[in-house]
Amino acid sequence: MAELVLAALVLGIVAYAVLGGADFGAGFWDLTAGGAQRGARLRGMIKRSMGPVWEANHVWLIFVLVVFWTGFPRAFGPVMETLYVPLFLAGVGIIFRGAAFALRGEAATIAQARVMGATFALASVLIPFFFGTVVGAIATGQVPVDGDGDPWSSWTGIVPLYIGVLGIGTGAYMAAVYLAADAQRSGIEDLVAAFRRRALGAAIVTGLLAVGGVFIVRAEASELYSGLTSGAGLVMVLISAAAGLVTLWLLWVDRYALARYVSAVAVGAIIVGWAVAQRPDFLPGELSFDDAAAADATLTALVIGVVVAALVLVPALTFLYRLVLQGRLDTEFRPIVAADTTHREDEP
Amino acid sequence: MPLVDLLGNVLSLLAQASQFTPVDQDYLLEARQMQAMSLGVHIILVCFGIAFPAIVLFMEGLHLRTGDPAYKAIAKRWSKVMLILFAIGVVTGTILSFELGLLWPQFMESFGEVFGIAFALEGISFFTEAIFIAIYVYGWDRLPPRLHLLTGIPIVIAGITGALFVISVNGWMNNPVGFELSGGEVTEVRPLEALFNRQFWHELFHMYLAGVMVAGFLTAGVYAYAWLRGRRDRYHRVAMIVPLAFASLAAIVQPLVGDWAGRTVGENQPVKLAAMEGLDETTEGASLNLGGLYWNGEVHGGVEIPKGLSLLAYHDPNATVEGLDTVAAADRPPVGWVRNSFQVMVGIGTALALLGLAFVLHWWRRGRLPRSRWFYRAVVVAGPAAVVALLAGWIVTEVGRQPWIVYEVMRVEDAVTGAEGIPVGYGALALVYLGVASAALFLLRRLARRPVEWETGAKALEPTAPPREQEAGS
Ligand code: HDD
Ligand code: HEM
Ligand code: HEM
Repeated sequence: MAELVLAALVLGIVAYAVLGGADFGAGFWDLTAGGAQRGARLRGMIKRSMGPVWEANHVWLIFVLVVFWTGFPRAFGPVMETLYVPLFLAGVGIIFRGAAFALRGEAATIAQARVMGATFALASVLIPFFFGTVVGAIATGQVPVDGDGDPWSSWTGIVPLYIGVLGIGTGAYMAAVYLAADAQRSGIEDLVAAFRRRALGAAIVTGLLAVGGVFIVRAEASELYSGLTSGAGLVMVLISAAAGLVTLWLLWVDRYALARYVSAVAVGAIIVGWAVAQRPDFLPGELSFDDAAAADATLTALVIGVVVAALVLVPALTFLYRLVLQGRLDTEFRPIVAADTTHREDEP
Repeated sequence: MPLVDLLGNVLSLLAQASQFTPVDQDYLLEARQMQAMSLGVHIILVCFGIAFPAIVLFMEGLHLRTGDPAYKAIAKRWSKVMLILFAIGVVTGTILSFELGLLWPQFMESFGEVFGIAFALEGISFFTEAIFIAIYVYGWDRLPPRLHLLTGIPIVIAGITGALFVISVNGWMNNPVGFELSGGEVTEVRPLEALFNRQFWHELFHMYLAGVMVAGFLTAGVYAYAWLRGRRDRYHRVAMIVPLAFASLAAIVQPLVGDWAGRTVGENQPVKLAAMEGLDETTEGASLNLGGLYWNGEVHGGVEIPKGLSLLAYHDPNATVEGLDTVAAADRPPVGWVRNSFQVMVGIGTALALLGLAFVLHWWRRGRLPRSRWFYRAVVVAGPAAVVALLAGWIVTEVGRQPWIVYEVMRVEDAVTGAEGIPVGYGALALVYLGVASAALFLLRRLARRPVEWETGAKALEPTAPPREQEAGS
């Protein structure tokens, strides 16, 4: 049972990293889009593409949290007690980001739109960073089972910081791929080109980060390193690397729709690899998955819950994404300059 | 009553020897306030999540039946408000999920497996809600009208089930069942029993009605205000009547459910009931004090109704009502907060029920709205009053549970985190909420100023032409 629940947890993390990550990445491109005039078209595209899906993307985080505390309560407690600083900061980031995104369409003046936009963009970069450091801290065994780990040094080591940066990088990369595909679907050629450039750039930077990471992890976290370089862990790392290269090629030949699935595989595989590498421990060297797990009755109920969720959510999500991909929820494309006095009928 | 005293002391000694150890935390009070602040913010937004979709859908249904463009214009505009409030509800809810872990790690670690299922099911509900709210709001005029209406139905259902499951957790904290405890370890978890605990049903209905009242009265109030300022067209009339009708019906039923809640609390948490009434000593045929304020350990002012409390709580004028003296002082909740909040809730509840009744009767007998300006003023005030009642009610439930986080099982000081910096987090979060709230209010006002989106070509059909400039109506 614990294995099944673990699988659900990892699935949730993968989904959040892929969908939520792309969502945050969009914020990264918003932040770096340039001045109000120059960035207007990019920002307009980002808002239009992310509008209908960001809430659904975000809910994966809730899924991860509830499965975590219900399925593995004895690991949840210590993680929360040790890593409260990055978790709190990520939480504050989430408020800012969600609120700014929801309210941004209502801004009236350039100044208001700038404040909203900057808040949205900055938070989008900080959230994946802090979540990355949390993952890094857990993976490198910085969370003692009695929860009294150091509130700062536990997540400010080189590996947690590295994973934080990697979080930003992968998000930016997936977002650029997604946005390029979306621009292509909508036939907005200049934006296809703009996001293609960004996707290629981000793919290369993230790829280099990943390669560099191998050395960092080897030097700083030998346990994790040996897990990732043997058995199933290695397989996952190789799949991830291969998928990364294939995405690069797909981008090169303008096959964006396919590229977005393959890029998701690249990110998903490395997360599964992390889970595999840590086995059988939840908190490395401190607490195994089985010891962290809840009672059997709870795990059974949770598995049933997840199955129900799949029955309800898979058709619903399919419906949503199908409508999105068919362009039936599209609002008219409009650059975000500010001064939205001409609010369109079709825009929520 | 020495025997009762003795019994009470023995009981409380037993209770105090809880199976957990207190955590060293200088800022327990701040942690509690921080939790309360976040919940207080979230719960107001949530009212729109659980009740507003039904109102919006009803409007859209009216449009589909009659083809009248006014209904559609209203529904469309409200659905945008709904999306914004939902988004803010989502982020504040996420903060709560973090906070439960960050502030009360021992609570989650020890009992997460007992009540966690409810949160998992809640997660599914909100997931569904998030998916369909996007389809609904972005799907206007793009999906066929009937299909569009249909995509709204999951939002309504998911709002209800989502609230249901969170409330189940709160009910469980007040009536912890479905597990055994040995040496601080939870064993024999029975998740279903925990889910449907004995505090669950009344909290669910009471909260759902409260949600309808808050969303309905607040929305109606906006248009009543516009009416007072002279915008008396059909658009404003309809936009006021529909939510007002929902809220009024809920307000009429609410005191009955509140009575049920009170009696259930009397059974499961007699100490909370005693705190709600400020009853110090266990009394036979206890009297009820209405309207008085409690401070320094005494009720000041108010009207005394002999045997009223026994009658209300047990439907028997001579029933014995347990007082605060049944437990040791350390096991009593802060009576002032609980009692005064309870009075506020009941006072507002009674007033709103009367307002609702006045509206419904008038409508039914005369077939039109009352003409008095006082009626519109009352509707403007009703929304904020419902919010106050909502928060007061939660203070009764939550503060009345003190000093327990899990009633008679785990104390708050056993549950709190040992982390430093709670005041910093508290201050930071308060600023964040303040910022978000002012941005939201500001921008909602802007949304309200936009011209109403009338269906193109439909204007000719409209008998009372809509005014060009809509200022206050949202
Ligand atoms: C619009 C809001 C509103 C109104 C008008 C009322 N209530 Fe209420 N009340 C709430 C909103 C609320 C709530 C949603 O805030 C609470 C907190 C927990 C719960 O289940 O509902 C609550 C709790 C609550 C409790 C404690 C339940 C518990 O701890 O389990 C009692 C005994 C009452 N209420 C009784 C009443 C009575 C007798 C009312 C008569 C007029 C009344 N309420 C009106
Ligand atoms: C239904 C879900 C809810 C859950 C699971 C929940 C959970 C909690 C928890 C864990 C605490 C901290 C421990 C404690 O002080 O006992 C708490 C305290 C508190 N909550 Fe709730 N709560 C819920 C709803 C609400 C709502 C909607 C409000 C509205 C204002 C609220 C008001 C408070 C207050 C005022 C406290 C502080 C009590 C005190 O310390 O004196 N709660 N709640
Ligand atoms: C009585 C108390 C509560 C009720 C009735 C309630 C109800 C709701 C509703 C209806 C929503 C949908 C969003 C919206 O409409 O604004 C929502 C969102 C949310 N609530 Fe609460 N809630 C309560 C307390 C809590 C507590 C204590 C927690 C956390 C532990 C919580 C966690 C969440 C989360 C995570 C979301 C976002 C879900 C999403 O992403 O869609 N809620 N809540």
